[in-house]
Amino acid sequence: MPIPENLPSDTVHKAIIFEDVAISFEGLQVLNGISLELKRGETKVLLGVAGSGKSTILKLALGLIKPDRGHIYVLGHDITSMTEEQLFELRNKVGIVFQESALFDSLTVRDNVAFRLMEEKLPENEIDQRVREALRFVELEHTVDMFPSELSGGMRRRVGIARAIITQPEILLYDSPTGGLDPITSTTIVELIMKQRDVNKTSAFLVSHRLQDGFMLATHYYDPQTKHMKAIEGHVARDLHTTFLILKDGKIIFDASVAELAKVKDPYIREFLYLEPVA
Amino acid sequence: MALSSPTLAIKRNIAAAQNYYFLAARSVTNIFRRPRYIADAIQQADLIGVGSLPIVVLTGMFTGMVLALQSANTLQRFGSLALIGQLVSLSMIRELGPVLTSLMVAGRNASGMASELGSMKVTEQIDAMRALGTDPSKKLVTPRVVATTFMLFFLTIISDLVGLVGGYFVSYILLGVDSFQYWNTAYQSLSFDDVFMGLIKPVFFGFIISTVGCYYGLNTTGGTQGVGRSTTQAVVAASILILVVNTFITRILLGSVS
Repeated sequence: MPIPENLPSDTVHKAIIFEDVAISFEGLQVLNGISLELKRGETKVLLGVAGSGKSTILKLALGLIKPDRGHIYVLGHDITSMTEEQLFELRNKVGIVFQESALFDSLTVRDNVAFRLMEEKLPENEIDQRVREALRFVELEHTVDMFPSELSGGMRRRVGIARAIITQPEILLYDSPTGGLDPITSTTIVELIMKQRDVNKTSAFLVSHRLQDGFMLATHYYDPQTKHMKAIEGHVARDLHTTFLILKDGKIIFDASVAELAKVKDPYIREFLYLEPVA
Repeated sequence: MALSSPTLAIKRNIAAAQNYYFLAARSVTNIFRRPRYIADAIQQADLIGVGSLPIVVLTGMFTGMVLALQSANTLQRFGSLALIGQLVSLSMIRELGPVLTSLMVAGRNASGMASELGSMKVTEQIDAMRALGTDPSKKLVTPRVVATTFMLFFLTIISDLVGLVGGYFVSYILLGVDSFQYWNTAYQSLSFDDVFMGLIKPVFFGFIISTVGCYYGLNTTGGTQGVGRSTTQAVVAASILILVVNTFITRILLGSVS
């Protein structure tokens, strides 16, 4: 799909751009005049109370719902003016991990992960090879013939990640991937997100209720040698391209790096982050 | 429960009718567009057609039997019991075969489609399918519409035949009607118009059952409770639509016959 030429010039360097986007459901204004940018290679952590519109941003970015107002550019395409047919093609470059995994419960793990490849009618041996690679990435190779109902919550999320990354998308959208999971499993999921960010340099939106997920992403990096994440030490200069965005009442009240987040004086944000109020 | 304004209710109903129309239209136009999910359609044909066979056979058989029993009472008063084959044949093929078969299939399959697609909707599997670049109307709706429409046609033929056999058992065993007389009057009374009317109806009814089932499934909201609500609504709406459309088809075809 060729990129149109009459779009804002910075769509080349930005994976996603929201321009004055608003949406309401049954009279309730969920997002009101949202403008944001996701740079290529950047991971943006979306925070906010329940119902603040975080998941709605992901669905808008994927074109699953249309805004009432504004424009959304994804990889250089204005998706607000695209038909569903055109969006199907673009969605091959965007992966999403749903809150409750949304695995097809009548299909095996193999067929879930391979769903997109099977739709593209790729040869079976190529499909098998890529499924194994994706499942190896999330360390679940042994579950290939199992059904989603046989997996734990954390394993389902990891299969969801494998399904999202199998086509090596340019953008990944994570909708509360650690929601409802125990701390150890949550850390495993965050490590996978970090691995995807640092190894494949994918742009990503991460919706999370857990502040520690965002902070871990902003302060750790994936070390391919040890195959584990490592904390950035004080003297190491490393840009992890991870920023934070906080929503309140359908508007963005913060959009910057973790360093600026620590210095913020807004009482609502400080309360949200469990920080001591500024005297 | 809060009362909604009449204007809002009318708007919602118009929007629902419009969405149903779009879904039904897309389910047909998808047949002519790639990708085509032929394997899914065959799987649905097995589930819908072969799976519905026992209830269709039982419905046809007992309808034919009770039709013979009921009409024998009246025919005997006028000394016309010999016409029982004709009466069972015309009633089954023109009306009861298609309508009762469709109602039974609606009860079994419209509910099945609504609950299956409804469960997929509330667990975000439909959104996941769209996110993975697959059109749910092509992958889920069109195979069901094609399979139901195709299989209901043949299920109706089976139901008609079994109904005639049921009527024959009652006529021959209980009423003492001659076998040749029963089958001869049943066959001779049928014209092309009767058969046409009896076989065009299931095509419309199959389309109604599948599109209504899929529509309610894909528009499910409100978790597991919503799935239950969609399932009930799908069966009720499909059954009523079948009866309404049956009246119109009968009127149009009888009008054209006369």
